[in-house]
Amino acid sequence: MKRQLMVEIWVGAFVLMTLVSLAVIALQVSNFNSWKDKSSYQITGLFDNIGGLKVRAPVKISGVVVGRVTGIEVDARTYQARVTMDVYSEFDELSIDTSGSILTSGLLGDQYIGLVIGSDEELLADGSQLDLTQSALVLEDLIGQFLVKFSESK
Amino acid sequence: MNIMNALLIRVAGLGASSLGVLASIGRLGLFLASLIPAIPYSFYRFELLVKQLYVAGVLSLPIILTAGLFVGMVLTLQGYYVLVDYNSEEAVGTMTALSLLRELGPVVTALLFAGRAGSALTAEIGLMRSTEQLSALEMMAVDPLKFIFAPRFSAAFIALPMLTLLFIAMAILGGYLVAVGWLGVDEGSFWAQMQSSVDWREDVMNGMIKSVAFAFLIATIALFQGHDAMPTSEGVSSATTRTVVHSSLGVLALDFILTAMMFS
Repeated sequence: MKRQLMVEIWVGAFVLMTLVSLAVIALQVSNFNSWKDKSSYQITGLFDNIGGLKVRAPVKISGVVVGRVTGIEVDARTYQARVTMDVYSEFDELSIDTSGSILTSGLLGDQYIGLVIGSDEELLADGSQLDLTQSALVLEDLIGQFLVKFSESK
Repeated sequence: MNIMNALLIRVAGLGASSLGVLASIGRLGLFLASLIPAIPYSFYRFELLVKQLYVAGVLSLPIILTAGLFVGMVLTLQGYYVLVDYNSEEAVGTMTALSLLRELGPVVTALLFAGRAGSALTAEIGLMRSTEQLSALEMMAVDPLKFIFAPRFSAAFIALPMLTLLFIAMAILGGYLVAVGWLGVDEGSFWAQMQSSVDWREDVMNGMIKSVAFAFLIATIALFQGHDAMPTSEGVSSATTRTVVHSSLGVLALDFILTAMMFS
């Protein structure tokens, strides 16, 4: 009887340790917190070039995450990239002339969408489209521009 | 004529070993087909399952935790030496966590588990068979499938994913100790970078799915080899060896297939 009890205590401790490590992995190691669906509304934007932007990339205002990119596809009419993003409902007072640009965190970091708030009275609603967008910087274009300027100034 | 005979004997040997492999695959299929309906019985006799969880899980804890700690520490150390050249040593936590969650955690735990618990299972069942304990149970109208095999299968199946979680948590703790405690990586960005790039569904859940698949593989192979062992001491010893070899190779091959399917 005593032996069986010891076995049960050990197995109980084993289960407990597993649960603790699962909690640690969920809360400390992975993005389990941000995974749960916050209520959000959807806006879109047309970009000439999205560079290396990926689905699930963050949407930021002044560097603070306010949403996620949920879809990237080519617009059938303009052949630009249509980026769909979910912005959390707590940030629902963005004016209609808010602009979006694709930025890079650090020199080698991931790309994200930075929103710059406009000044219009009208607000962005679910399904609205950003009119002012700025594409990702492409290194080859930059070098090309630099070479053109360089040869002109000579 | 002589040469023809020698050649024929070689060909016959090849055929015999192929047939042997096919026959053992067939026996494995029959064994699984009779084992799977018996698995629910392991939850009716709960104390048997707890006993087997102790044997397979708790007794494997020391080796899993120690191995996890050292794997995490050495992974972080090697990653640090490379990343420090690019001034991005904070990313070492990301590297450790991702490689552990996706590959090393499930695979190394499964390999250790096959050596530590799988071999013990085979030896135990093989010895039960060679001393005719299984036949004795059958004579007493106790079904060894429900009474012996099912609790051991369920215990191995439950214990391996749990051990994998513990291994990963321990390894990340080891990585944290080396990176933050010893090498002086900034603690805040160590965790923040890890959190921002480890995805709960994509990385953690896929790793756990792998671990469950490995658990099924190892439990099946270990029990089948014990059941199929020649009832001699030599037979039991070679069955134990086969368990470790087959499950290790099986785990590595299955890992490649699962990785190709999950992270494409």
